Amino acid sequence: MPGISYPPDSSDERGPQFVRIAELRRMPLTFVLDGRTVSALNGDTVLTAILTQQRQVRQSEFSGEPRAGFCLIGACQDCWVRSEDGTRLRACSTLLAEGMRIVTRGAAWDVNAGLAAGAASIISAASTTSPDGTAP
Amino acid sequence: MTQQPRVVIVGAGPAGVRAAETLVAAGVRPVVLDENARWGGQIYRQPPANASFERSKQALYGFEARKADALHTTMATLLPHLDYRPDTLAWACGRGRLDTLHAGREIGVPFSHLIIASGATDRVLPVPGWTLPGVYTLGGAQVALKSQGCAIGRRVVLAGTGPLLYLVAYQYVKAGAQIAAVLDTSALSQQIAAAPKLARQPATLAKGLYYMGWLQARGVRIERDVKLAGIDGELHVRAIRWQASRRSADSETLACDAVGLGFGLRPETQLADLAGCRFRFDAQNRCWLPELDAAGRSSVPGIYLAGDGAGIAGADAAELAGRRTTLAVLDDLSIAHPRGANLPDVASLERRLQRIAIFRQGIETAFTPPADCASQWPDGMTVCRCEEVDAKTLRHCIRSGAASEINRLKALTRVGMGRCQGRMCGEAALALLSAETGKPLEAVGRLRSQPPVKPIPISPALYADGVAAIPEEARDE
Repeated sequence: MPGISYPPDSSDERGPQFVRIAELRRMPLTFVLDGRTVSALNGDTVLTAILTQQRQVRQSEFSGEPRAGFCLIGACQDCWVRSEDGTRLRACSTLLAEGMRIVTRGAAWDVNAGLAAGAASIISAASTTSPDGTAP
Repeated sequence: MTQQPRVVIVGAGPAGVRAAETLVAAGVRPVVLDENARWGGQIYRQPPANASFERSKQALYGFEARKADALHTTMATLLPHLDYRPDTLAWACGRGRLDTLHAGREIGVPFSHLIIASGATDRVLPVPGWTLPGVYTLGGAQVALKSQGCAIGRRVVLAGTGPLLYLVAYQYVKAGAQIAAVLDTSALSQQIAAAPKLARQPATLAKGLYYMGWLQARGVRIERDVKLAGIDGELHVRAIRWQASRRSADSETLACDAVGLGFGLRPETQLADLAGCRFRFDAQNRCWLPELDAAGRSSVPGIYLAGDGAGIAGADAAELAGRRTTLAVLDDLSIAHPRGANLPDVASLERRLQRIAIFRQGIETAFTPPADCASQWPDGMTVCRCEEVDAKTLRHCIRSGAASEINRLKALTRVGMGRCQGRMCGEAALALLSAETGKPLEAVGRLRSQPPVKPIPISPALYADGVAAIPEEARDE
């Protein structure tokens, strides 16, 4: 199809995961991804902006394995990233803004770093015990 | 009436918007809470506003463009007559009050009547390798295209079962993406057996057949009746493996760099659970659903459900159910039903819903999630992707006799306890528990919901206006 160019090597570890196939005439935005200044488009989610650059958005806090989101609709919670100031963002449901500074590497749920930034602040029912939560 | 009714709708998809329309027509001004930034729900999801997205509704929604446009237009027209709150997560539900989070702030939303139209997510069953970068839900693959103009990879395989497999394949190929294969775990014979029931919605059946024929005519590889063996790769997807169920045991491998995975849809029922609604096991949905009367009233007075969040029936049914349920709300408020050309009456709504119900039985026959997969999952496969709990840990816990019920299994292994709250692993944990204990799904328990239903920052929960201050005399010295 005209207008679509696939990068030549789809097995490249460092290549992007997502491929833009439509809506290419939006205004470019720049943001900082793990210290590199890169380009995205206005209207991209943070997830799209990251995955059109690389194949992972975070590392599992248990195994360290790479993750790249899963459901894209805010249900699976597998695309949380940090900004450089420690704020946690769910990448699939956060729109990219010009100049955002996103961290995806070497910050796998780093509790010390998070506390230092005053931002280890995500709770979920995962970490709360309800009175009936353990009864069969 | 001594007090003004305060009707709150959760969700702005097909059910929520039609509920809102009916209320406004009857002179009631509802609050509409939408977790998304724009109305339309998932099926009629709109691309981000003010960002120069250019595709037409025809390009975005295909055969459903007219319905999508009608729904979007209706909601736009209603905006002055209701309190629409986008980007708002309803994260807990108590008696007469929802807790919501908007822009990092907690806002309590009181209600006298609550219509829950919370929709669905993909029904996911794991395969080895499903946590690799490049594997997305089938619905996620569709959202990437619809909402962001992206394909999830350069060489995409769509795997699992359900009508969405063929729709997403069609949409991807039509948009210029490469679909390496469609791998359907259901057999063509199942789809043929379901034809009489599917024929109750001839237009919908015709669309489904059109997608399949269109894909075949373009040489897209379609394999049916497969067993998914695994997704290969170290740091990202490189290939998918499967076996033909009824032929040799040799597995086939196909190179790809992305997989869209889904086995139908599952309803989002957490808010109804937190509200205290009674649940019953529904064989067709293979899950527990809130008990509802024909109009959509739950067991808790003042709480109503409509759309896929009440049991999967699709977008057309959701529009009808949103209207039907709201007429029940009006009855309970002693407010007359609104009349108008676009406002069908109860009998007409129920007749149309009944036809779709028969069609849905056909869909479940045609695209059954694989029944026996849990016993074949390798020990090392991750079942819970949040907490990285593998099949071996679950089996060990069950076989040792420590857990024979899902909430106990959760307590002991943390399966379903992570940030997704079991949305992605609940089906698998239940299937494994059922396979290991030899008990049917309905006999291994129901995964209970806990607030917050999705992660929230701790600060709004601590500093919410609704949290009572500790009285001076009760404080510790």
